Amino acid sequence: MADIDALARRLRSELGPEQVITDRQELRTYECDGLAHYKVVPAVVALPHTAAQVAAVVRACVAAGVPFVARGSGTGLSGGALPHAEGVLIVTAQMRRILEVAAQDERAVVEPGVINLHVTKAATPHGYYYAPDPSSQQICSIGGNVAENSGGAHCLKYGFTTNHVTGLQIVAPDGELVRLGGKAPDPPGYDLMGAFVGSEGTLGIATEVTVKLTRLPESVRTLLAAFGSIDQAGAATSAIIGAGVVPAAIEMMDALAIEAAEAAVACGYPPGAAAVLIVELDGPAAEVEAQFEQVTGLCEANGAFEIRIAADELERALFWKGRKSAFAAVGRISPDYIVQDGVIPRTALPEVLRRISEMAESHGVRVANVFHAGDGNLHPLVLFDDGVEGEAERAETVSGAIIDLCIEYGGSITGEHGVGMDKAKYMPRMFGPDDLDTMQLVRCAFDPSHLSNPGKIFPTPRLCGEKAGSDLRERFPGVEVF
Amino acid sequence: MIEDLARPATGDDHVGGVPARLVAEPATTEEAAAVVAAARDLTVVVRGGGTKLHWGPAPRSLDLIIDTRRLSGMVEHAAGDLITVLRAGTPLDGLELGEQQLALDHPPGATVGGTVATGASGPRRLHYGTARDLLIGITVVRPDGTITRAGGKVVKNVAGYDLGKLYTGSYGTLGLITECVFRLHPRPAAHAYVRSTAPARAVPAILAARVAPAAIEVDAGTGELAVLIEGTPEGVRERAALVEKLLAGEIAEQPPGWWGLPPWEADGIGMKLSVPLSQVPALVDTGANVRGSAGTGVLYAAARDITEVERLRALCVRGGGHAVVLTAPAPVRDILDMWGPVPGLALMRRVKDQFDPEHRFAPGRFVGGI
Ligand SMILES: Cc1cc2nc3c(=O)[nH]c(=O)nc-3n(C[C@H](O)[C@H](O)[C@H](O)COP(=O)(O)OP(=O)(O)OC[C@H]3O[C@@H](n4cnc5c(N)ncnc54)[C@H](O)[C@@H]3O)c2cc1C
Ligand SMILES: Cc1cc2nc3c(=O)[nH]c(=O)nc-3n(C[C@H](O)[C@H](O)[C@H](O)COP(=O)(O)OP(=O)(O)OC[C@H]3O[C@@H](n4cnc5c(N)ncnc54)[C@H](O)[C@@H]3O)c2cc1C
Repeated sequence: MADIDALARRLRSELGPEQVITDRQELRTYECDGLAHYKVVPAVVALPHTAAQVAAVVRACVAAGVPFVARGSGTGLSGGALPHAEGVLIVTAQMRRILEVAAQDERAVVEPGVINLHVTKAATPHGYYYAPDPSSQQICSIGGNVAENSGGAHCLKYGFTTNHVTGLQIVAPDGELVRLGGKAPDPPGYDLMGAFVGSEGTLGIATEVTVKLTRLPESVRTLLAAFGSIDQAGAATSAIIGAGVVPAAIEMMDALAIEAAEAAVACGYPPGAAAVLIVELDGPAAEVEAQFEQVTGLCEANGAFEIRIAADELERALFWKGRKSAFAAVGRISPDYIVQDGVIPRTALPEVLRRISEMAESHGVRVANVFHAGDGNLHPLVLFDDGVEGEAERAETVSGAIIDLCIEYGGSITGEHGVGMDKAKYMPRMFGPDDLDTMQLVRCAFDPSHLSNPGKIFPTPRLCGEKAGSDLRERFPGVEVF
Repeated sequence: MIEDLARPATGDDHVGGVPARLVAEPATTEEAAAVVAAARDLTVVVRGGGTKLHWGPAPRSLDLIIDTRRLSGMVEHAAGDLITVLRAGTPLDGLELGEQQLALDHPPGATVGGTVATGASGPRRLHYGTARDLLIGITVVRPDGTITRAGGKVVKNVAGYDLGKLYTGSYGTLGLITECVFRLHPRPAAHAYVRSTAPARAVPAILAARVAPAAIEVDAGTGELAVLIEGTPEGVRERAALVEKLLAGEIAEQPPGWWGLPPWEADGIGMKLSVPLSQVPALVDTGANVRGSAGTGVLYAAARDITEVERLRALCVRGGGHAVVLTAPAPVRDILDMWGPVPGLALMRRVKDQFDPEHRFAPGRFVGGI
């Protein structure tokens, strides 16, 4: 085993004593991310202030043969930032400067720890915003967004993080600082930046991010439509897309999710709805008005029994409040829950939702559905009570079966929360051994000794380094599974 | 035996003047994999429509051309899900997608694979993005003959590395692309062009007007600035009128003749310049023959000679951009650095070494001699 004490001493001298944590009690703050039932206490936490310090930490880890894991705000929902018991956790919380807002270039340059929403706040005075808007945007970091290729309600029209990043500075896993792209589009050579976005910290650490800024739309119109059945809401969604409209967002919630949101934030959705849709259009006023009328008509034609149109920003915020608080809100109606994240082709929505509800019923658990209906990204919330013997296992079974359904319908095991350590086991169901092997060619090019966030994404590492071993306890020595 | 899977090359089967010995024309991914597996000792260049095969440096060595034109056709068009699956050799002209479109601008005769492999783009990249944004899944035969897939058939998908990005713009150096999955867009109900002689400095005003143009193109040769507006009939009418007024321009049904075409002659020096948006006017004002997307900072230039190549490159690089020579007559090509400075080259070489350790696929055609 590597000499952690010596490594910590080296880091203290290179960074500064207050930037290196080894106190067991303090370390516990970092033992998990948003997926709190996996916990590992890291050996050391480093809090670099600059890219050069990140590089120094990585080089020290490489010299000592010690694994390192990046952490932004720790809101990830797949255990991506789960520490390594014998490794260094590199936390970007001290790297929160917005280096430049270059509105004339439609770009901003930020440090990785900058909070997503802060980019928008900095750009708004210039008439711009940062389009990717995960529901966690008030707390999650741009570095974490880059690593997860995060999306949000509005990625239906505007795309994901990968479509909004034009430059990165990274510390590669050998400790070298490398620039990929910048403010200008289409840099020559392989699109390594494209490969890095979504790599969940396994290809190095982003130390500076250049993002696209998007013009604030001239007009935004939002409606809330209530339906007597999920099928009707699904049909309305298909009709809107089929009519050639590209809304900024189409979000759906079912009765149980609405119940939870009402209990938590009293959003006042129409009573008796089996499903609600939030549809938002944005763009030039001349376009939005015409299409908004069309969308309203399509909701009516597909059986909406009530349609509310946001009269002002306040009302719009209220529509969204119910939706954006939904994950946390289910805590009001259930002591425990699993947040699932899977994708299906949009046209399969009604059928898949029916099968999920049958599955839930036969296993005696409840499933609340909140999701990005426009792009078929499901977020089923599987509710259970850990105090009841066997319920956790049943919930786990249903949650896993939902992922199987997504694969069966030709979708994906994750639309935005990432694979992390939680879903590595599902990767072989979505991809063949050759597909996984090819992804790991990239891993081997960047990180032949597998020190950068080892054990995440891939159930079995490729030959170029880390020893094989698929058992969780083996891959994460000291991991406690709750 | 590769001889059983390929025919002898004829006079037309060369790449940038380097003749091939053999040509294979597989019709399926499996046949393509068999060809590649049988060609493990050979150097290979993939040929799509062959429209721009002579662009870029010539290969260091060439045994086998794999031609994708039989590897053609639409596998699937799921209209309700707005996706299509296309074989690599499918020509992009005349795709039958009904009320939907694959929003990739492409030159006549180009194939799906060639367009993805070169990361080519056109005017509408301002609104729709480029191949890298529209590609959601891909099948590739690796240089060792292994068939491999990445991405999938749904737009939203973050499972595993996004290898589609890596293959896009890799000029056939990482393997043979056999199938691509794309997201589609609805065909707009209406469109209009606004043609004007406003200077490139007018672009910020267009952007500030929030009319969401699909394209803003500048042409130094004619001194024109033209804008494409797409959308509903009422919306287009109003938005185009606004731009018309802003630029003191003229609304037209058809684009200007130069729209979407490279500005150079067939035997000239053609460059792709990309700069931060605010640098576009400076490039246009150099007096060089440049043309392209003034709304995104991607322009094409017809350079008169090597001195002009270097002058434009210096200007782009100083401004934080790039300048790549796409095509040049052989004598010029032989003494020119086609790619210019490439940050991250060491990592790129390591990627190439992993995918193609013997450097058999398009050797020497890519950055840094990859
Ligand atoms: C209530 C709630 C709602 C959410 N809603 C959404 C949503 O709508 N859409 C969505 O996509 N996600 C959502 N998430 C998930 C999560 O917020 C995102 O994945 C987010 O991008 C994580 O950012 P973070 O800073 O918290 O990263 P962390 O959790 O700290 O880390 C996430 C991953 O990124 C890596 N990482 C962090 N920083 C860097 C860096 N600088 N360089 C390289 N790798 C790095 C880590 O190693 C880890 O693998 C939600 C989470 C919560 C709790
Ligand atoms: C305005 C404009 C801008 C352009 N911008 C660019 C540009 O930036 N860069 C550029 O190179 N071209 C550009 N082009 C040229 C052109 O768009 C592309 O080169 C064209 O799409 C190639 O299609 P093709 O089928 O004829 O390919 P070919 O000419 O046959 O091949 C082109 C390249 O792609 C490779 N290739 C072809 N098919 C495959 C496959 N299935 N798998 C792997 N590799 C394959 C070939 O080896 C070769 O390197 C531009 C054209 C125009 C009009």
